[in-house]
Amino acid sequence: MSTTETVLRATAQSLAARVTDPEMPMLTLEDLGVLRDVEVDERGDVVVTITPTYSGCPAMATMRDDLVHTLRDNGFDRVRVKVSLDPAWSSDWITERGRAALTAHGISAPGPAPRGDGPVLLTLMPRRRLLSCPRCGSEHVDLTSEFGTTACKAIYRCAQCLEPFEHVKEI
Amino acid sequence: MSHVHDHDADHESVYDGLTGGDDSQWAFGTDFEDPLAGVDTTIAEGVDARALGEYCLMLGDDALIYSHRLSQWASNAPDLEEDIALSNIALDLLGQARLLLARAAAADAHLVPTMPADSPVPAEDALAFFRDEASFRNVRFVEPDNGDFAATVVRLVIFSTHRLGLLQRLVSSRDTVLSAIAAKGVKEVTYHRDYAARWFLTLAQGTEESRRRLVDALALVWPSYDELFRTHPVESIAASQGVGVDPATCAGEVDVVLEQILSVSGVDRPDLPATGPVSGGMGRDGRHTEAMGLLLAEMQVVARAHPMGVW
Repeated sequence: MSTTETVLRATAQSLAARVTDPEMPMLTLEDLGVLRDVEVDERGDVVVTITPTYSGCPAMATMRDDLVHTLRDNGFDRVRVKVSLDPAWSSDWITERGRAALTAHGISAPGPAPRGDGPVLLTLMPRRRLLSCPRCGSEHVDLTSEFGTTACKAIYRCAQCLEPFEHVKEI
Repeated sequence: MSHVHDHDADHESVYDGLTGGDDSQWAFGTDFEDPLAGVDTTIAEGVDARALGEYCLMLGDDALIYSHRLSQWASNAPDLEEDIALSNIALDLLGQARLLLARAAAADAHLVPTMPADSPVPAEDALAFFRDEASFRNVRFVEPDNGDFAATVVRLVIFSTHRLGLLQRLVSSRDTVLSAIAAKGVKEVTYHRDYAARWFLTLAQGTEESRRRLVDALALVWPSYDELFRTHPVESIAASQGVGVDPATCAGEVDVVLEQILSVSGVDRPDLPATGPVSGGMGRDGRHTEAMGLLLAEMQVVARAHPMGVW
């Protein structure tokens, strides 16, 4: 790879890395783990690869548009966004910086994603997560619902400060 | 003149999209584009493209029709949390449907209804909105009206247990696209099943009224359970070629999970005969229940009224 290509790629990479999630704007797509790869091909086209968080995540089209915009605004005229489905996105891909940003904005960051082969075990009791209220830090929290305002979040309520808060689910 | 976007101006007015060609300031973009954009959709050697396409259509139609049905709970559920939960589940299934229908179209273009040459309708939408009832390959299990919340809980427990069994096996499909869709789906459907199973237990062990309604719902849904494990010839071919799963092979595992839920809930397994085929066919053959026509009419009416519409 020539120096020019290396520089172009690094520039494109840093631009793409700045694009934020439309529903959780405190997170960049890089912090969310959605941005998988940025390449500049031999024709100078930027090829960005992203992985959807949930199959039906309606934010994907916006992410794609925002990536194209940001790169075009900065002189990369030809941008392609590719979707990569394999491996499937995992909440483990959210970076440390991303987790800190979530907490700072009152959203509880996910714990380790479940793993394992073989049949998925049925969980009849509410999922037990070791987490604390992002506002007051109390560990006395109750799950309100495993499904929240976006596909990726559950709703909790703090028993201490009584505030509701959202938790990014482990997948 | 080079075309340079001004990022701020792009988002200045929501009316820009009505006058110009740039749609990206709409809440989620007006063009959802191909959900498989940039994904390698090459078909593995020895795989029958037609069977793969039809097989994807079956799983995609299950997800699409059930998603539409569940979405009818939006603003009608017993409380806000259930409203949001059921809408989320519907959304996950819609996402799976989009990927599967796009996969079906990429595998065999003949499956997609013929549209006028200047039609802006993408293949997945043509499949969803421009096929008639007999071309849908979903199981009849997903069609009935939602009815009581308890009936939705029972149907969702059974459907998601069945789908989880299928998707888990499909992770090792020789079709890499199907395998990736399945791997993602497993994570989602795990949440769906847990949600429904907990409600099953809650209703069964709740009040006399909630238990009565759950038991009634189980009796209502149970006769169509059998349909989920009947093997259609397309499923046999897809399974024999290593791309699909014969649903009969999941029956035992699914039954064990359901037995677990029934026994924890203290509810007896209904002793009811299965609703057999109608005129020799089932949902996978394109023979559907009375509820299907109305559902499709509602789901397809806007797209059909505006065949040149861009969404």
